[in-house]
Amino acid sequence: MKATDISAPDYFHKVVDCQWACPAHTPVPEYIRLIAARRYADAYMLNWDSNVFPGILGRTCDRPCEPACRRGRVEKEPVAICRLKRVAADYKGDIRPRLPSVPRQKNGKRIALIGAGPASLTVARDLLPFGYHVVIYDLDPLAGGMMRTQIPKFRLPQSVLDEEIGYILAMGPELRLGRPIASLKTLLAEGYDAIFVGSGAPRGRDLEVPGRTEAAAHIHIGIDWLAGVSFGHVDRIGKRVIVLGGGNTAMDCCRSSKRLGGEDVRVVVRSGFDEMKASPWEKEDATHEGIPIFNYLVPKAFAHEGGRLTGMVFEKVAPKYDQRGRRSLIPTGEPDVRMDCDDVLVAIGQENAFPWIERDSGIKFDRWGMPVVDPETMQSTLPNVFFGGDAAFGPKNVIWAVAHGHDAAISIDRLCNGADVRDRPHPSVNLVSQKMGIHEWSYDNQVSNDLRYRVPVRDTAVTLKDIRIEVELGYDEKLAYVEAQRCLNCDVQTVFTASLCIECDACVDICPTDCITFTQDGSEEELRGRLKAPAVNLTQALYVSDVLPTERVMVKDEDVCLHCGLCAERCPTGAWDMQKFFLETAQAGHACRSR
Amino acid sequence: MSYLAKPTLHHPKLPVNKLGYTRRDYEGAVSTLCAGCGHDSISAAIIQACFELDLPPHRIAKVSGIGCSSKTPTYFLGNSHGFNSVHGRMPSVLTGANLANRDLIYLGVSGDGDSASIGLGQFAHCMRRGVNMVYIVENNGVYGLTKGQFSATSDKGSKSKRGVVNTDSAIDLVSMALQLGATFVARSFSGDKAQLVPLIKAAILHRGAAFIDCISPCVAFNNHAGSTKSFDFVREHNEAVNFLDVIVGRDSIAVDYAPGTVVEVRQHDGSILRLRKVVAEYDPHNRVVALNYLQERQAAGEFATGLLYVEPEPEDLHAHLNTVETPLNRLTEAELCPGSAALERFNAAHR
Repeated sequence: MKATDISAPDYFHKVVDCQWACPAHTPVPEYIRLIAARRYADAYMLNWDSNVFPGILGRTCDRPCEPACRRGRVEKEPVAICRLKRVAADYKGDIRPRLPSVPRQKNGKRIALIGAGPASLTVARDLLPFGYHVVIYDLDPLAGGMMRTQIPKFRLPQSVLDEEIGYILAMGPELRLGRPIASLKTLLAEGYDAIFVGSGAPRGRDLEVPGRTEAAAHIHIGIDWLAGVSFGHVDRIGKRVIVLGGGNTAMDCCRSSKRLGGEDVRVVVRSGFDEMKASPWEKEDATHEGIPIFNYLVPKAFAHEGGRLTGMVFEKVAPKYDQRGRRSLIPTGEPDVRMDCDDVLVAIGQENAFPWIERDSGIKFDRWGMPVVDPETMQSTLPNVFFGGDAAFGPKNVIWAVAHGHDAAISIDRLCNGADVRDRPHPSVNLVSQKMGIHEWSYDNQVSNDLRYRVPVRDTAVTLKDIRIEVELGYDEKLAYVEAQRCLNCDVQTVFTASLCIECDACVDICPTDCITFTQDGSEEELRGRLKAPAVNLTQALYVSDVLPTERVMVKDEDVCLHCGLCAERCPTGAWDMQKFFLETAQAGHACRSR
Repeated sequence: MSYLAKPTLHHPKLPVNKLGYTRRDYEGAVSTLCAGCGHDSISAAIIQACFELDLPPHRIAKVSGIGCSSKTPTYFLGNSHGFNSVHGRMPSVLTGANLANRDLIYLGVSGDGDSASIGLGQFAHCMRRGVNMVYIVENNGVYGLTKGQFSATSDKGSKSKRGVVNTDSAIDLVSMALQLGATFVARSFSGDKAQLVPLIKAAILHRGAAFIDCISPCVAFNNHAGSTKSFDFVREHNEAVNFLDVIVGRDSIAVDYAPGTVVEVRQHDGSILRLRKVVAEYDPHNRVVALNYLQERQAAGEFATGLLYVEPEPEDLHAHLNTVETPLNRLTEAELCPGSAALERFNAAHR
C-alpha cells in the first residue's frame, strides 16, 4: 500500500468518527473535554460556532454522531454526545458578550431568506456579522420554523427555543413574519442580491382510504396538528387516539395526544418495529409513557357513523424479502383488525411544496418536483437563488439544515463579492503534540470503563399532565463529568514517524485493542486479513507507514483504537506521538474569501 | 514507564482459547520497565504461548531472581503463582517448588546478571539435574538496573554506552547449557516473536530442563553503535538455523514444505515439533554438532538462533530420584507413615 498521507485533512478527520458523521462537522471530542473541565461556556461557543443551536440540538438532534461513535464499537453503547451538548447549554451562563457584533455600517448587500427555520437562521447568523442586510420571511408569526411548530414543548421548552433564536434575531435581521409569499418573481423584482429558500417540507402526506372525507372532522394531518398544538390553537383530543406512521413525527403526535386528554393512545405502523423511521430513543420514550406500538397493519378504511369517526380498519400483513433483499408487505389473509377511536393523526410523511415558485422563473425542477440544487454550493439553476434544509433535498433534520445554511452562506458571501461560488474555502486544520512529560499528556488518556449513563427524567405522573413540562431533566454536573469521561478522545491522533522507529514492538505489545502490526507490505485487501487482529471494518482506514529498516511497514487499523496513548508512552524513541487534530469547517466571511 | 492500567476494553474479534480465555486474560500488570525494553516483548511472547497452549493460569508457577528480567513476571500471567526470590537463587527455589509439587508448569525467569554472574552455580546445577522447567534468560548483556555496567554475557570488545571497551570474555549460556546436559536448548531474539513464541511453547511442553537464551536489547543502556546486543546488531547478525511449528494434540496440519527440509520431533506428551531447516547440515539431535556449530558462528561474529538441541525422550529430576507420581505436597500421613509394625520390622532388620 502507499504510505498514508496524514497531511490530507480528511484522513484524520475520518478518524474522528463523530465529527466526520456530523453534517456540520462539530468538533465533538474537543467540546466534550471542555464539559469535563466544567468550561461550559467555552463548550457552548464551540458548538454555537458550528451548529448554531446547541441547546435545541442537545435535546432534539437526530444524532448522526452517535451511531458513528467509536465507543459503540468497543462496548455496548456510544457516548451520549447529544445530551452532553445540552449540558453545555444548561450550565453556560450568560454568553451574550461572546457573540459576534454586527456592524452598524451595512455593506449594501440585501439578502432575502424564505422561511424562518434552522436553515435560514443559520444563513442569517453567518451573514449578519459582515454587514449584510438580511430580510427573513415566514408564514408563521414567530421565527423558528419546524423547531417551533413541530417539536413539542415537552421535548424542547419554549425558553430554550426563544433564547437561541433570540441570539440571531438580536443581530438585527429584518423580519417579515405572518405573511405568505405569493411569488418568487415578485421577490426577484425587489432586487435582492441573493435569495435563500429554506421553506422546509411543509406539507404532511394524507391518507386516501375510504371514509377519509366522511370522517374528516376527526382526522388530522400530524404536522399541522402539532403546529396547532404549538401555537395553542389545539388544546385537547379525544380519549381514544390512533396515530398512523412510524417516524419521529408520529412519536411526537402520540406523546402530545397523551398529554391533551388521550387515554388510549396507540401507534399503528405498516412496517415492523425495527424498520420504523423513528429514532430508537424516541420509540423508547413513547413506550416509556405507556403508548403501545402495533406493527404490520396497513390502514384499509376509516369507520364512521353519521359523519362521525368511530374507528379504523387495518389489514394484517407480513414482510417478504426478495432475492435482492427488498421488502414487500404481503397480506396474511387473517381477518382485518378493527380499532375503535375518536381521533386519528396521520403522520406518514412530509412533502415539499413550492406553489409560490413560478415554473418559468428560471429555477429548474426535477421530475419529483424538487429544485435542482448543487449539493456543495446549494445554488439553484438561477445563480442568485439558493436552497437549504428540507427545501433542498427533502425532509432531513435540523443539523442538516444548519450544514446547508453554512454552505449557502459561503456561496452567497462569495457571490456578493464577485468570487467563484464553486471555489470552496478549505477547513482550518491544526495538528499539535499533546506531550507534557514522559508519560503525561494534555488530555485524560485513562479509558473509562463506565457504561452509558441514562439521562434522568421527570416522573410521568407529572409530565403527562402538562404538555409544557420538559420530560428530560438533563445530566447534572456529576453525571455529565462521568459520561464525558467515556469519550475516547478520537481527535487526539496517533501520529507515527517511521524514521524514528527502532521496531522494538513495544507499541504492538501494549496496544489494548491489537491495532498495530509490523509486517511485510501488501495490497490493502490482503493486508487487512493478516494483521494482528483482522481489519474487517472496511469503512475504517489503515494507517500505513513508509518502509522501515527491516523492509516491513507499520500498519495501524484505525477501527477500534482507544486513543489511550499507550503506544506513545511505551515508545522509546518518540516514533509514536499523540497529536490533537482540530478541524473547523470554513464559514462565510473575510477569511473564507481570501483563501 | 506508564502509570495507567492498560484499558480492559479489547478488540471485539479477539479470539478465545479452549478454556474460554482471551490472550488479554493472560496479561499481568502494566510494565514499569523502560519504554521499548526487549523484556516486555518476551513477556508478550510468554502470554501468547500460554494462551495458544490453553494453559490454565493457576497451573503455572513463575519464579524469578533479581534484576530487570526478574521483575517481568509481574507483567504477565497475573492469575498464576509467582515467587520473586533472592538474587541468583531462582533455580534453587524453583527446584524446591518442583520437588514439592511436580504438577505445576514452572517458568524460571532470569537475566544475564542473575544467571551468568551471581547465580552461575545455581544455573549450572539446575541444568545438570534436569529440573522440569522452562529457564528463560532475558539476556541484554548489561546491568540495566545499576545504570549500564558490562554484564558477564557482554561480548569482549563491545562498547558500553559511555564508550568503554569490554576486556573480559563473555559467558555463553547456550554452550554451557548444552555441556551441562540440558535436554532442550534454544536461542532467540525478543524482536522476533514469530520465532520466539513457538520456542516458548515447545519449551513448556518439554518434560525436562528447557533453556532459552533470549537476546533482549536494553534500550536505555545497550542499544548504541558498538553494542553487540542492540536491535540493529542482532538483526544484522542473527542466523536462524530452523523455524519451528508446535503441533499439540492429534490435529494434523498439512504443511507443504520441500521434502528433506522438515524434521519432526514427537515429544513425550504426543505434541510434535516440526522444524523447518534453514541450515541443511544442522542436526538438532546432536550435542556435538550443536556445540561445534555454535562455536563456528560465534567465531564468525554471528548468533545462531532457533531450536539448537532437543532430546525427544528427556528424563527429569523426579525420574532421577524415582519419586512417586503424586506430588509430594499431596501425600498425607497415611502414605508417609507406614505405622509402628513397619517400624518394628525395619528396626529388626538392623539388629
